[in-house]
Amino acid sequence: MTLLSVQNLRVTFETENGPVEAVRGVSFSLGRERLGIVGESGSGKTMTGRALLRLIRPPGRIEADAMIFDGQDLMQASERQMRGLRGRRIAMVMQDPKFSLNPVMTVGAQLTEGLRQRDRLGWDDARKRALAALEAVQIRDADRVMAAYPHELSGGMGQRVMIAMMLIPEPDLLIADEPTSALDVTVQAEVLSILDGLVRDRGMGLIFISHDLRLVARFCDRVLVMYKGRVVEELAAADLMAARHPYTRGLLNCLPRIGGARGPLPGLDRSGDWAE
Amino acid sequence: MTDISQPGPPSRVAAIARRIATEGATLVVTLLGLLLMTFLIGRVVPIDPVLSIVGERATAEQYDAVRLALGLDEPLWKQFAIYVGDALQGDLGQSIRTREPVLEEIARYFPATLELATLATLFGVLVGVPAGVLAATRPGTLADQVVRVVGLMGYSMPVFWLGLIGLLVFYGMLGWVGGPGRLDSAYQMLFEFEVTQYTGMILIDTALNGRWDMFANAFSHIVLPAGLLGYVSMAYISRMTRSFMMNELGQEYITTARVKGMPEWRVVWVHAMRNVLVPLITVIALSYAYLLEGSVLTETIFAWPGLGSYITNALFAADMPAVLGGTVVVGAVFVALNMLSDILYRVVDPRAR
Ligand SMILES: Nc1ncnc2c1ncn2[C@@H]1O[C@H](COP(=O)(O)OP(=O)(O)O)[C@@H](O)[C@H]1O
Ligand SMILES: [Mg+2]
Repeated sequence: MTLLSVQNLRVTFETENGPVEAVRGVSFSLGRERLGIVGESGSGKTMTGRALLRLIRPPGRIEADAMIFDGQDLMQASERQMRGLRGRRIAMVMQDPKFSLNPVMTVGAQLTEGLRQRDRLGWDDARKRALAALEAVQIRDADRVMAAYPHELSGGMGQRVMIAMMLIPEPDLLIADEPTSALDVTVQAEVLSILDGLVRDRGMGLIFISHDLRLVARFCDRVLVMYKGRVVEELAAADLMAARHPYTRGLLNCLPRIGGARGPLPGLDRSGDWAE
Repeated sequence: MTDISQPGPPSRVAAIARRIATEGATLVVTLLGLLLMTFLIGRVVPIDPVLSIVGERATAEQYDAVRLALGLDEPLWKQFAIYVGDALQGDLGQSIRTREPVLEEIARYFPATLELATLATLFGVLVGVPAGVLAATRPGTLADQVVRVVGLMGYSMPVFWLGLIGLLVFYGMLGWVGGPGRLDSAYQMLFEFEVTQYTGMILIDTALNGRWDMFANAFSHIVLPAGLLGYVSMAYISRMTRSFMMNELGQEYITTARVKGMPEWRVVWVHAMRNVLVPLITVIALSYAYLLEGSVLTETIFAWPGLGSYITNALFAADMPAVLGGTVVVGAVFVALNMLSDILYRVVDPRAR
């Protein structure tokens, strides 16, 4: 069954030097499966993910022929309806917990905020749910983490908190935007396996954004390859290593530098007509 | 597995104790430095303290007697020690003009400044912060432009000019506010004799005494100068609030709050505002400290008997003990405010604890 169907999504930024098109007509659909989005830095992955939540700030602008989530066109939804969907039905884990958690609020306050503000739960109930969520991401001293501030957590711990926070309302769709790119290699695997388990157990749809093709191949069912705001290739994850598209092949060849510089890939042949 | 590097309770207590100790030491050194400075200024200025007390026509014996009484024959370091000892006991010397202890005089003048500065800062914060937030959340709109222009006017218009125009219009022509001074002259005497003065701040003392008639009169007098100074402080605070808020609203944790489906008021006033407070506290403390020096121009125009006019008058009269005593008090107020804002800073920013 289709959970999300996106047709001709465009994200445009009005700048002093004219409009910059970050996403240029992306279409895809998604069931309760795991879809990977890969591409070099600046190819529009993050903007695609945020556009699904309609969270692009001015001067950015979102356009799409349709963006249908569970039968509802998000392009037609009011801001109020979007707020009802955000968090509760569509959630997003962002790249770096160092920046994506509020530095002056305790972890507990941030974890329970949705439950208390939206679901009107009392402090005790909200706290119980938050503790359970922390345990689900394999945090053992959950009490202490609840009382801690984000700067007192390691990166891996922070990202688990982020995942726990986003999964508390049991969303149908989770967007994970490079959820492990800011973490140490050793911690990456742990966080990924936690995420993997949760997505499997709960049968969520997952959009997994990454610049790391090998990771995506392992982790996802299907992959979109993005270049300059466009999808240049869509294929089953199992076929990724055998991809024919020159850009995808180029990405594959550039792989060993995980965590290294992520600018436009230097050694990439951009002579094909896909590269305009 | 524990990978949070949070110090346990015992080391946290030790850290706080250590911090109090270092801060106490800094405080002592700062205050000593302040006293040393005023002491040296008192010795360097070409005003003979003995002569200014005994007068031109004193005999040599009179002169020497006063010189001895002031301890001026002692070595310099000892004079300084005595100066510090006296200051610690609240003795900042005697005013040349009035022969009264300087500290007692300042105790009469300072509440007028404190009252004015506090009301002005209150106004600056209560108007400036929401205005800055409004501008930051709607950049480029009419609201933003209005806040910007009103703020710019607060920066660029000379205070004395605004004050004079204000007096002319609201007091002279419209009669909406009281004129110069802290009270109508009819009330001045009544305040001295019928009101128990707990703080020297007329609004507070009259309220505590239940003299609401006098309170209303005092308010009609303070509202214009406080509004004027408050306007200047509002201009500063709204501009800083706008820029801090813009900065916070661009941060990732704001997106997180929106992803969680939090309503916009909560994103701005809870998530962003708590972070804006961190630098804003320093800004507010600075503008408050600036007003607490006593703004001379405003105090002159409004015949406001505050610290600024006290020090200025003392300066014109070459009344060095009064000038230096006033300087010590201003410095001490600065230090105290600095400490207060440091403490508040720690309260709002867990990373600074
Ligand atoms: N505020 C902005 N103004 C102008 N262009 C922007 C802005 N934000 C993003 N972009 C453009 O969007 C493009 C895609 O960005 P992004 O989605 O973050 O890429 P990715 O996540 O794939 O690295 C970037 O190349 C950039 O030029
Ligand atoms: Mg990105």
